[in-house]
Formats: sequence, structure tokens, C-alpha cells
Amino acid sequence: MQGDWTMKRKSLNGALTRRNVLKGAGALGAAGAATALPGVARMAWAAGSDQPIRIGFQVHRTGIGATYGRWYERVTNAATRVINEAGGINGRPVEIVAEDDGTDPKRGAEVVEKFANQHECDIAYGTLFSHVVIGSAPRAGELKIPYFVVSEGHHVASGMLNRYTLQPGITDVKSQVQAMAPFVAENLGRKVTMIFPDFAFGHNHRDFFSEAITAQGGEVLEKIAIPPTETSFTKYFARIPRDTEVLYHVMVGPSVLTFVKEMGEFFGGAGPALFGFIDSLEGVDIATPGLEFLEGSYFWEGMPRYAQPDDPDYVKYYREQVGLDDNGASVDDPKDVSTNAHMFACWETLFTIKKGMEDAGYRGPQDRAALIEAVEAIDIMLPGREHPQGAKVFNGRTHQVFGEQYISRVKKGRLEVQHHTAIEEGFYPDEVDYTKQPL
Amino acid sequence: MEFGPHLMLAMLEGLVQASVLTLTALGLSLVFGVMRVVNVAHGEFFMLGAVFSWWITQAVGASPALGFIAALLLAPLLVGLIAALADWLVLRRIEYDPERTIVATIGLLYIIQQLTLMSFGPDARPVPPPFNSRIALPWFEWGEGGLSLYWPWGLSITSYKLFVILAAPAVLAALWLVMARSRLGLVLRATRIDGEIARTFAIPVEKVYALVFGIGAALAALGAVLVVPIQQAHYLMGGDPLLLSFIVVIIGGLGSLRGTVLAAVLIGMSDGIISVFFTPTLAKIIATLLVAMVLVFRPEGLFGERRA
Repeated sequence: MQGDWTMKRKSLNGALTRRNVLKGAGALGAAGAATALPGVARMAWAAGSDQPIRIGFQVHRTGIGATYGRWYERVTNAATRVINEAGGINGRPVEIVAEDDGTDPKRGAEVVEKFANQHECDIAYGTLFSHVVIGSAPRAGELKIPYFVVSEGHHVASGMLNRYTLQPGITDVKSQVQAMAPFVAENLGRKVTMIFPDFAFGHNHRDFFSEAITAQGGEVLEKIAIPPTETSFTKYFARIPRDTEVLYHVMVGPSVLTFVKEMGEFFGGAGPALFGFIDSLEGVDIATPGLEFLEGSYFWEGMPRYAQPDDPDYVKYYREQVGLDDNGASVDDPKDVSTNAHMFACWETLFTIKKGMEDAGYRGPQDRAALIEAVEAIDIMLPGREHPQGAKVFNGRTHQVFGEQYISRVKKGRLEVQHHTAIEEGFYPDEVDYTKQPL
Repeated sequence: MEFGPHLMLAMLEGLVQASVLTLTALGLSLVFGVMRVVNVAHGEFFMLGAVFSWWITQAVGASPALGFIAALLLAPLLVGLIAALADWLVLRRIEYDPERTIVATIGLLYIIQQLTLMSFGPDARPVPPPFNSRIALPWFEWGEGGLSLYWPWGLSITSYKLFVILAAPAVLAALWLVMARSRLGLVLRATRIDGEIARTFAIPVEKVYALVFGIGAALAALGAVLVVPIQQAHYLMGGDPLLLSFIVVIIGGLGSLRGTVLAAVLIGMSDGIISVFFTPTLAKIIATLLVAMVLVFRPEGLFGERRA
């Protein structure tokens, strides 16, 4: 069965290379969003119920995920505005009920519970940090409230969660690193030392990149785990073996800038090639003094932070609606740098929720099971205003989406896209079939 | 890394940590020594020092050096005033009763943390160092031509870290001069030895308490101002300094300044070295184990006086 699924996607992907889709189907997406006229919106609401659809938004307003949370909230509000201006969902306006989870798993579960029992939300949505997702998802499953996460972790597709938890907006780490490994091995080197945060998300990187680089004939010399609350890093760098060719770094938490600065001070211009996940610098200006050493180094990006010369119209539209300048910072404050490599997925998840609710003819909590089935039935997502990051393929069995990945290089203090991987480079055999679980 | 340069790097990192820890723990120890109260909010005064340092550097705006000097002078002063105010408003009213003080300072911890979050936001804020250049350090090896020097990969320190290592002893010396040679020091020592008798000699003990609580917090803030160009200011950063300060003060002997300094260097260095060679978690485990050992075999700490 798995084989069938992969084959099917591969054949679909033949026609789905990025530029083809951009040119052809892009027009289709743009046409869909052309309904974004306020007048139409008012008319549509008049036709349907004016009771809003309430989306419980679990947001990291405080705690170690606060930088991401701030931007997740901006993107969520922007996408909601766009959806409402185009007539809402099934003729009803969308209302976001945001609640801070403190980037804390225990609080996360409580927040999900509040959405279901107190705020009378239709669904829960929005979590990033993997430990919060893992802490909250079981409660969502028990309460039978659909829980749409925007987290990257492999926990959804690994089968450890439940049928009510879905990740339709962002590719998971296993898929990302599998797509990165060939580039790293061919262009940077085969002897890799990994530095990663010491929790579920970092362990995904450790396990799946090690696997992927070994498959490319490379090896991981050392795996250095750092607690995400750490504040001082030189002591970890001393463990990097001398014969390391590539330093693979991914870090999260409030001290990412210190992490990268101390890395530069440690090597002092010498040292191995650097390949980072932009997580190490999300929300941080690449042109910060002390980061000059990054010039020429490579980063994974989920979606490019800096405006690229060949950005299609729908990407420009997305950036404009979210309020991003060409450097990926807020148009209101150039020092307020975004987390664009991740936050695009909030936008896309909300549009997928919209599609799911429309396909299911969603009216209220009695249709939650139908909504899950409708989202599980979604297959191909075409790039366009609803999916500005690019084309995607959703696997209804594993509740995980697959998409293209970007590899960018630092040039003159900006990230320039050098390479993007195809969707199928991130495919792997199913590890679970959630559709077999009862609703 | 080879063993030699690796050890040297570990020791340098340990020294930076020990310097900041010495100042922070001294504040806690001073407060306990004079007032006999345990200040659980101490780590939050450290955090406030860091956040104010960011705020002041932002406000000054000019050059990082000017901003840093302003922060160095103003941040500890501001934090000291806030602490003295807290003493006046809260601790004085509960008569420095040990149990109630612990509960009150726990409350203070959350109030300070949440107020900082509400006014300065949840982001980590970088403060530019006043000066910062990488200094590569040489190591020696026995080659064919005898002893020769080389520059190993990664063996380096920055000029700013070097400054931190030197600044701590300077502050210590100043504090020692005040305690041992000045009239203020005499008053503090008298209050520490016996508050009741000090009162009969017309020492305004309550004012001394407020002052000491302020100085204790200011020392933590000073440590934070020094460390914040290396780390970043963040409303949740107070936890580690509090834990480490307690470890240091218990090992050194509650209230003993000499013991505090020695224990801070011991814990800072061992934390640096164990973190580099093994893991930071192991370093914390060993430090906590050491505390348990001290509490079992020498409850008054290495240099603490036995109390009847």
C-alpha cells in the first residue's frame, strides 16, 4: 500500500516540478484568491450564518518560543483577514481565539482543553515547539477536537500522536533532512559533526540526518546535544573533532544569537564548512555585527526570508499581506526580523482548514469527524496565494504534508536561494495509518 | 581538541563563569550574613540587571562603549533601589521572619519576572560589547626542533571575556575595602554580628537592612551587566544564577564572604571544566552532589561559623 502511495505521488510529481506549477497552476491559485473583494464578503455572510467559526490558536506568546509566537500570530491574523475578506469559510466569518501556552507542554494541554470546553472553539491550531505538541495532542485526541499543528516535528508522521492531530502546512524534519543530505554530501563534505537542541525536535535532526548522510556515503563524527535553555556555548564547540568537514548546526531558544556568535569566535575564520538550519538564526538579522563569518555558509530555509529576484506574484502577495520588507523584517520595524522559514505554514494551514471545512460542508462541532476525513482526502496542494511556499503533497494516512525545501547561501549579509529540492526527495515510507483509527 | 589546549579553553570558560558567579553569590551571601534572610528573588535581580543594561544601552544609543559604561553605573543602582524598596515595603513588614521571608521573596520573584515580561517583552535582547576582539592563544608542543609554539583551532578568548575575568577581582577588592576599612563596613559588620546590640549602639538597623538588601541585589545586577554582552538579556534568565548562587553560598558557608568567593571559583571552574570535557548536566549533578555532601558532613559550609 505504501508503495502505491509513493508511486502515485511520484507520477503526480512528474508534472509538479516547481517552475511548471508556478507558471501553469499559479494562475489557478490567483484566480481563486481573486474573490478577495470586501463587497463579496459582506454578501456571502448575509447568505450564511453569521456565527463565526472559532479557531483556537495555541500561541507561544511567552517562554522560549516567543519570537516564533509573535510572528505566528501576525501571519495567522493576516491569513484570517484575507479569508474573511473573501467571504470567510462556508459563508461564515473566522474568529481566532488566541491563548498563550508559555511554550510549555503542560500549559499547552490545558489550553487545548480550554478551547474545547470553555471557548467553544471548532478546532485547535497553531503550535510550533515539538514538546508542546507532544504534550497537547493526547488531550486533543481525548476531547476529539481537530488539532492542526505547525511544528515540523516527525511526531505526527511517526504515529506517536492520534487521528485528531494533523500537520498539513509544513514538511517534517525527517523529510527536510533527507532532502538536505545529498546536497551536503556532494557540495560541502562527508564527515559531519552535528549540533542540535536536546529535545524531541533536535533528536529528529540527530536521528534522521545521521541516517540520511550515511545513505549518502557520509558519516557523523560527533553528535553534540545542547539544552534549548543554554546561554553559553564555547564549551560545546570544543567537542567538535578536528577532522570535521561540515558542521551541521540547528539551534532554538532565546540564545540563538549568542550560539552563532560564539561559533564564529571559536573558529576565528578557520574551521569546517557550515551548514545550518535557519532555526539557528530565526528572528535574528544576518547582518548583526559578529556574524560576518557566516558569509558564504549555507542554510536550510522552509521559505526564503529575503525577497528573491524571481519571486512569483503570489509570494509577493503573501509578503505584502503579512507585512514583510525585502529583508524579511517587519515593514514597521526593520529590526523586527521574521521567522519566515516556518511561519508561512500558519498561512497555508489556515487555507487548508478552509478547504477541509468547505469540502466537509462543516457547520459545527458535530462535523469535526467529517472535517478530519475531508482533510485526509486532500492530496495535491497547488502553489498560489493559498500555498505561497510552493506545491505540496498531503499524505492523509500519516497526516503529514510534503513540500519543497530551499537551500540558501549568505552573500553580502543576505540569504540567496541556491537550490531547491523536489517534493519527492523528502518522501519516505509510511510509518502509520491514522485513517484506521476510529474517529 | 588535544588535551592541553582543551583544558586551557575549559579553564578560561570556567574563569569567566566564576567571575560572574562570585559577584552574584556574594550578593546573596551578604544579605544572608547581615540580615539572616534567604532571598529567593536574587536571580530575578540578576535578570533585572541584564534587562536594564539592554534598556540603558538602547537609550544611550551612541557607541557601545558609552552605553556599556552608562549601564555599568546605572543598572546596579536602579536594581539596588528597587530591592531596597522591596525590603522597605515587604520584608520589613513581616519582620524578616525566616519562613515568611522565603515565601515573600518567592512572590517577589514572580512579580519581578512577570513585570519584566509585561514591560520589556519575551525576546532575548543582545547588548553589544564595548570592545570585542578574538585573541587566539598559542600552545606548545615538542617537535623535532624541541619546544615550539602553535595556534590550535578553537583555542581563543575574546578581549571582553578577559575584561570580565579581571573586573570581578577589582569589584571584590573594592567591596573588601568597604567592609574592612570604612565606617559603613563597620556598621554592616556590627549588624551582622548582633543586630540587637547594634541597635543599642544607635545603629539604624532597619535602614542598614534596606541598604544591604539593595547592595546584595546591586551586586547581582553588576554581575549581569558584565555577562550580558556575552549572553543575552531575557526575562527567564534568573533561574540558573539563583541555583548556582545557592550552591556556592551553601558550600562556602552561609554569610561567609571569604567562603563564598572560594566556593564560587571552585564551582565556576569545575562547572566550566566538567562541561567542556563531559556534559553541562553532569557539572550540575556534581555541584548539587557536593552541596549534599557539605550539608551532611559540614552543615555550616567550608568557612561558615558554627552557630549555637
